[in-house]
Amino acid sequence: MRYLPHTDADRHAMLAAIGAPSVDSLFRDVPESARLTAPVDLPAHMGEIEVERALSKMAAKSTAAGSVPFFLGAGSYRHHVPAAVDHLIQRGEFLTSYTPYQAEVAQGTLQYLYEFQTQVALLTGMDVANASMYDGATACAEAALMARRVTKRPDVVLSGGLHPHYADTTETLVRFIDGKVDRLPPDITGTEDAAPRIADGTACVVVQYPDLFGRVRDLRPLADACHAAGALLVVVVTEIVALGALVPPGEMGADIVAAEGRSIGNPLNFGGPCVGLFAARDKHVRQMPGRLAGETHDVDGKRGWVLTLSTREQHIRREHATSNICTNSGLCALAFTIHLSLLGEDGLRRLAALNHAAAATLADRLAAAGVEVLNETFFNEFTVRLREPAADVADRLAAEGILAGVPLSRLLPGNPDAENLLLVAVTETATEGDMEALCGALGGGR
Amino acid sequence: MSGLKYTKEHEWVRVDGDVATVGISDFAQSQLGDVVFVELPEVGSQVKRDGNAAVVESVKAASDVYAPVSGEVVEVNGALEDAPQLVNESPVGDGWFMKIRLSDPSELDGLMDEAAYADYSESQA
Amino acid sequence: MTDMSQGRTSRPDALSAAAGAPTFTGNRGLQIEEPLIFEIGADGRAGVDLPEPANVASRLGGLERREAIGLPGLSEPQVVRHYTRLSQKNYAIDMGVYPLGSCTMKHNPRLNEKLARLPGFADLHPLQPEATVQGALELIDELARWIRTLTGMPAVAMSPAAGAHGELCGLMTIRAALEARGDARRRVLVPDSAHGTNPATAAICGYSVEAVPLNDRGRVDLAALRSALDDGVAAFMLTNPNTCGLFEDEILEQARAVHEAGAFFYCDGANFNAIVGRVRPGDLGVDCMHLNLHKTFSTPHGGGGPGSGPVVLSDALAPFAPLPWVVHRGDGYALVEAANEAGDAQPFGRMRAFHGQIGMFVRALAYMMSHGADGLLQASSDAVLNANYLLAKLKDVLSLPYDGPCMHEVLFDDEFLEGTDVSTLDFAKAMIDEGFHPMTMYFPLVVHGALLMEPTESESRESLDQFIGAVRRLAERAQAGEAAAFQAAPVHAPRRRLDETAAARKPVLRWRPEQVTGEAAE
Repeated sequence: MRYLPHTDADRHAMLAAIGAPSVDSLFRDVPESARLTAPVDLPAHMGEIEVERALSKMAAKSTAAGSVPFFLGAGSYRHHVPAAVDHLIQRGEFLTSYTPYQAEVAQGTLQYLYEFQTQVALLTGMDVANASMYDGATACAEAALMARRVTKRPDVVLSGGLHPHYADTTETLVRFIDGKVDRLPPDITGTEDAAPRIADGTACVVVQYPDLFGRVRDLRPLADACHAAGALLVVVVTEIVALGALVPPGEMGADIVAAEGRSIGNPLNFGGPCVGLFAARDKHVRQMPGRLAGETHDVDGKRGWVLTLSTREQHIRREHATSNICTNSGLCALAFTIHLSLLGEDGLRRLAALNHAAAATLADRLAAAGVEVLNETFFNEFTVRLREPAADVADRLAAEGILAGVPLSRLLPGNPDAENLLLVAVTETATEGDMEALCGALGGGR
Repeated sequence: MSGLKYTKEHEWVRVDGDVATVGISDFAQSQLGDVVFVELPEVGSQVKRDGNAAVVESVKAASDVYAPVSGEVVEVNGALEDAPQLVNESPVGDGWFMKIRLSDPSELDGLMDEAAYADYSESQA
Repeated sequence: MTDMSQGRTSRPDALSAAAGAPTFTGNRGLQIEEPLIFEIGADGRAGVDLPEPANVASRLGGLERREAIGLPGLSEPQVVRHYTRLSQKNYAIDMGVYPLGSCTMKHNPRLNEKLARLPGFADLHPLQPEATVQGALELIDELARWIRTLTGMPAVAMSPAAGAHGELCGLMTIRAALEARGDARRRVLVPDSAHGTNPATAAICGYSVEAVPLNDRGRVDLAALRSALDDGVAAFMLTNPNTCGLFEDEILEQARAVHEAGAFFYCDGANFNAIVGRVRPGDLGVDCMHLNLHKTFSTPHGGGGPGSGPVVLSDALAPFAPLPWVVHRGDGYALVEAANEAGDAQPFGRMRAFHGQIGMFVRALAYMMSHGADGLLQASSDAVLNANYLLAKLKDVLSLPYDGPCMHEVLFDDEFLEGTDVSTLDFAKAMIDEGFHPMTMYFPLVVHGALLMEPTESESRESLDQFIGAVRRLAERAQAGEAAAFQAAPVHAPRRRLDETAAARKPVLRWRPEQVTGEAAE
């Protein structure tokens, strides 16, 4: 077996050194009745060529996004990732290292986490960011829990413009610790005002920017309403590239920003792994979940980094920890930070501008082709109303080789108002030909 | 004698009129190691004897500090925010945690005096 | 003798005199000092070439960003060099023995990386029409089948993103099942030796935590467990093999006691690598167990993630598993994503966005298929053999709190360091100078100054012998009174011991332009 170094001679010599007659004898503490007497019913080992053949065959059964005109978003956006990113994250020193608890031999990981934290704080306009969460949805749920700790209030208001998977994840977690969740109905018309829902027990209002339907709106009035009532404003961002073009949530009064960062540096991955971004204000740093890398110096006075404020975490505080999170998304955070280093200020702003220009162009062309575009504002995603159920159209066009968008019925099942709505996202990866194909397919009364 | 009284949880109390100043003992700070953060109660809040009143953290541990007496918190040691090392350097002096206005002075009777605490902490070492 | 050198031959004594001299750059040969990206970037530089955007009317609703973000500009060669230099400051499995107990730092096969990058897995959107993602759904279903078979459990929830997330999923499932039968139990029993995630998870799930002590053999005290169990206990969370590296030999009695009290038996599967292919948790009376695919099934730790934490469930718990899941429909696969599609099931909710850690699933399945039933058994056998080899070869110089045989990891305490002035931490840091990653220290909490070593099946006899030689030599040096050398260790790492107290007292968690760096302040 290619991954196992021992020869039978090694095994015999080691058993002799141990003084055990067999490997089986080392398992004498396993109750007799619970030991398997025959091998499990699974295939025998395979060589690389056979495994590669089998899994490649499986992969070939799906339609890769890059092989067709592609316009899906709804919390997962397809961007170009420079080749250097994947090369660097596959260096064994990054790929095969553990969480950097032994700082002297983990300065590489610690320094990039510190750079990552800085980049996330800058992008979101916040003071401080952690070393990542699992994904945007779990970051959102953790933000709600943090708001409960900060305000010492139990309940959470969720905007109807919040991605339903984020709302479900947050509602699930908050319900289990006996908080109330006030979930506003889907804000299809873009007229929601969450401020009147803030009550004495409200820890935070969670709002998405741009929202599920692609709209952007000024969050300052809502932030003011939250703060006047002693609640926090949690801003969720599912498309982090948007912050290359938009006023950052920190400038609009956000107390916590929970975001999905997979757009930068990471492939679609069919939804996972992702990389949750989590940013907050300095004054609340000790209530933050997750790992934090901090600057310090060694005994020779040389600058270095360590994981710090660890007393918040489960391995020290156990049942009093701010979160149970342990493993996060380290390698995805590395991909994020490398891609963002390549982009830099100018690159990110141009990337965002390209996305916005492509979306504006496509929205105008669809409107010209007779498709009803609902959004007045958007970044790189907008909602269109079709004349028949959007899921049927998406399925039909997929069969024709166009991945046209996300039918909102997939995220809002059973909601009649969402039935004919299609979310259309467009990024720098879409070509002129792709856009023509979509306009041709959706236009003309379809 | 300093006039300090001690709890089994290694807090000390110094009474001046109806106000008790509270901190952690020299033994407690030496067990904790370098103190990096102290979380203090809000001024005006009520604490109950043996209830959680503060948290003291070292790099690798976080410990609850219990109120030795019941009453209203009338002052907290703001200097600890910027200089938590005061708890190590001067545990029964500048490293005090809070001042509590006693609601039941008879609670003081249950505390150890200096000599009794010295014996007790020796047995805990 | 032919002198092939150019210029003068250097003399050894001259070399050793030069070793301590500072270099102009601060670099030390291959060990290169590297600033932050923010300190090497410049305005107007970029590592990408993107086209000029078309001129369109803005639809940003007046919310155009006006302030600069503050990101540095770097070219591609600068970025490649920066991260390559950073990588060289890390220890890694690819470099040597990484004996972190309970972390299972085994070899990460590169075939897995290659396959996870196939466009048919990596370049799929989670909300594409089901007909266009049949291969990915098949992947989830096939991995689930392997997991069910290896654990002997009837169901598995695939979406949790890591071990602790899986624990949360498991406890939420248990609470949902209890509530469905009108049973409001509020306590979870956790042994003293448990990972910190266990009590943290129970607390986040709304439970109070009660500790169960160990007996003098390093196993859960059965009598204490029995007396703690009553109709207020929701679950007993056990790690098996436990964090002392021992198999819980009374596990069947524990399971019976837990079930008789009407509670559920949760098993932390962090140490599953010891028993894969040999013992099935389903045969031990377990109701629920998470797997760490990044431990047992070789998906890379990646400096702290991403992980993946599928949770196997008994028949009693399966109906309450979270959304979504894959079902067979017609001759293909479909996703159940909403409660109204769930039929008789009563999912407790959702753990995350989308469907799970698909990139990790590909790697884990490639690992499983590569090993097969025979190779998985051989791997767990070798893992246990290696740990027992360490036990046998080190027990005379270290101190063993509990007799073996051990499972895949071996626990020592610090009794052998008594009177030496060398702490467990000093000893571990000295391992770094010998070219090894330290073992897990001060965990589990049930023994004093714990040193927990897990070699995994990836280590050859030769590398184990070298490791054993180094540990034995260090133990001798500690006994010989060389405490000062231990307290100064490491001296051969990119950094020596770092000031964690300063980091925690005045946290500096991000770079700021006006910040004075540590070196400049010297």
